[in-house]
Amino acid sequence: MIPLSHYLIVSMLLFAIGSAGVFLRKNLITILLSVEIMLNAVNLSFVAFGRFAGTVDGQIITFFVMTVAAAEAAVGLALVIALFRTRESLNPDAFTSLKW
Amino acid sequence: MLALIPLLPFAGFLINATMGRRLPKSVSGGLASLVMLLSFAVSAMSVWQLAAMAPDQRLITQALYQWIASGDFTIDVTLLVDPLSAVMILVITGIGSLIHIYSTAYMHDETDSEFARYFSYLNLFASFMLVLVLGSSFPVLFVGWEGVGLCSYLLIGFWFKKKSAADAGKKAFVVNRIGDYAFLLGMFGLFAMFGTLEFRGVAEKVAGLPPEAGFGLLSIATLLLFVGATGKSAQIPLFVWLPDAMEGPTPVSALIHAATMVTAGVYMIGRNAVLFSHTPETMQIVAVIGAATALMAGTIGLVQNDIKRVLAYSTVSQLGLMFLAMGVGAFGAGIFHLFTHAFFKALLFLGSGAVIHALHGEQDVRNMGGLKKYLPVTYWTFVIGSLALAGVPGLAGFFSKDELLFETFKDGHQILWFVGAFASLLTAIYMGRLVFLTFHGSRRHDAPAPVSAHASAAHGAHDAHGGGHGGHGHDAHPHDAPPAMAFVLIVLAIGSVLAGYLGVPHGLGGHNELGAWLAPSFAAPITAGAAPVVAEGPAGEAGAEGAEGAEETSLELTLMGVSSALAIGGILIAGFIWISRRALAASIAARFAPIYTLLLHKYFVDEVYDASIVRPLETVSREGLWRTVDVGLIDGAVNGVGSIVDGSSTVLRRLQTGSVRTYAGSIFAGVVLVLGYYLWR
Repeated sequence: MIPLSHYLIVSMLLFAIGSAGVFLRKNLITILLSVEIMLNAVNLSFVAFGRFAGTVDGQIITFFVMTVAAAEAAVGLALVIALFRTRESLNPDAFTSLKW
Repeated sequence: MLALIPLLPFAGFLINATMGRRLPKSVSGGLASLVMLLSFAVSAMSVWQLAAMAPDQRLITQALYQWIASGDFTIDVTLLVDPLSAVMILVITGIGSLIHIYSTAYMHDETDSEFARYFSYLNLFASFMLVLVLGSSFPVLFVGWEGVGLCSYLLIGFWFKKKSAADAGKKAFVVNRIGDYAFLLGMFGLFAMFGTLEFRGVAEKVAGLPPEAGFGLLSIATLLLFVGATGKSAQIPLFVWLPDAMEGPTPVSALIHAATMVTAGVYMIGRNAVLFSHTPETMQIVAVIGAATALMAGTIGLVQNDIKRVLAYSTVSQLGLMFLAMGVGAFGAGIFHLFTHAFFKALLFLGSGAVIHALHGEQDVRNMGGLKKYLPVTYWTFVIGSLALAGVPGLAGFFSKDELLFETFKDGHQILWFVGAFASLLTAIYMGRLVFLTFHGSRRHDAPAPVSAHASAAHGAHDAHGGGHGGHGHDAHPHDAPPAMAFVLIVLAIGSVLAGYLGVPHGLGGHNELGAWLAPSFAAPITAGAAPVVAEGPAGEAGAEGAEGAEETSLELTLMGVSSALAIGGILIAGFIWISRRALAASIAARFAPIYTLLLHKYFVDEVYDASIVRPLETVSREGLWRTVDVGLIDGAVNGVGSIVDGSSTVLRRLQTGSVRTYAGSIFAGVVLVLGYYLWR
């Protein structure tokens, strides 16, 4: 048996990579990808906990998370397209006019 | 029925205040005088009723309503007439009515609305004064006390567009207020000690105590009451408002500042005779201050050049003598002098009003003279008033002044007697000076046309008529008082002669009716079983009737002779200087120039008060309270809150960088913090 902690560490690493991507990447679509990575990391930890508790609840929640991730990806991409149309750029640093 | 006495003038006030503007002058003036006469009639009826009772039962009360009910503490509004109030209400309504009648002629040049306003204030004043003397407890008296102070302010500042008049009104009110504050403290003290503020209640409780040795709580309370009296009755140290009060119309000076309001302090002490008798320390202070004021005011009156100022200082001086009488325990003598003084002082003020009226606003005696042949009625009534004031035998002032001086001497206060006698000498001198300068000699008032006379401030002429005389041309002869004024002058002159005969002392074969009438008022109320405790030194000879020895009579006659000599001597001195040798006055003034300046500037009391009290208060208020507290602290706090918000928002808005990545980072950081906190716990 692979111990629970292994799964959790993998999940944590994935989450960290995803967060790093959100903060550090200079392309809007790559940022969305990183958000997906974060969501999948969470899915992994849910399933792991579910498996080790002996129920299928973890997997049920994962369904919900994936549904939400899909919807959110659709909306996010629509926003990216709209943003691109105004600024001709996918760099998040190009959209700083709402400042003091 | 007693309630009618103050209510009638109050009704007059209401009518004139609300509708007076639209009423013609004859109606508003006539109505005001009518209510006063009706009040006089009711007062006379009450006194008649009182006189029909047995001497030690003379008391009529009328409970009106319960004013304050707070737990155990109740104050009822009750009116009370006893011999003392009887004298007061007759004086107030009687002389008040005469002055109202006089005013209808004197104020004739005012507009309809101003005329009505004047009479509304005058009626209000009478109403409050009557409340003051009819009240049966301190709070009711105090209502009247404050009310007359208010009316004094309103009437002194009647021509409020003139700055000096408005200032004088303010000064009177503020100085009165200081006295009233002390009066309130005295009332609190009395309540704390006795649990009641009814006059009869306090007298009963005090009668059971021995006279206080030394300066204890009771003495402090009565001293505070006396300080209140010094404010109202213009004694040292709070007399400074009375000379300035001459800015008001002359009938106002006659009514308020001669006959009635200023006598409130004397009345108050008389009303609480039993209480004051039990505090010999305070009585001593009262007597000394009375004598000192009499002397000081007498010396100032000697050199003043404004006819009304001389009379004002004379009033202060005579009030001093009244307080001297009250202070040595001669309550009846003090009230007797109050009674006679009301007549001749009102007469003198009204007479001076007639002179001012005739000369179209001239008030400086240096610009008068030779009026004897043009103003005969005014002249002769003024002379009678002056002789009465000086204390010439046969007229009213002689009997009353003599009685109080005799009582002072008899009780062992020889120094005070001497001061009082000297003040009387000064009275005779300055009244002689006033008469001779105003009426005798050659005409000095043929100054150019009234227009420039009004404008010539150099002569120190106060335009007491508010410019109403601009329309008169320059008369070749001044005209004597019109009928309404002349009638009043004559009635008061008769009073000045006859009023004294109510108190002819036993030494001269009389029965001192007034003293006997007043005596029960100064005795403690008779409680069941207890013998009546008579206040120390009761009214005149009434208490000592049986024990009148030949020695006392001869002492009295001697002193009578001395005061008559002083009075006549003073008039002769004045005649010598101001009729025959005018230059002598000027040369004496030049020789004793420092003293003359001191007297002319009223001992610089106003300047001293200004420098020591008014200026520091102003500075503290302006620099301390206004600049530091109001502008600095309060405004600073409010503005400070605003600027703090402003400053912090300037700093905080930099959080809005506009960069999405920064926002995401901060969200993440927040999540980490919150989770970390809960996990750590």
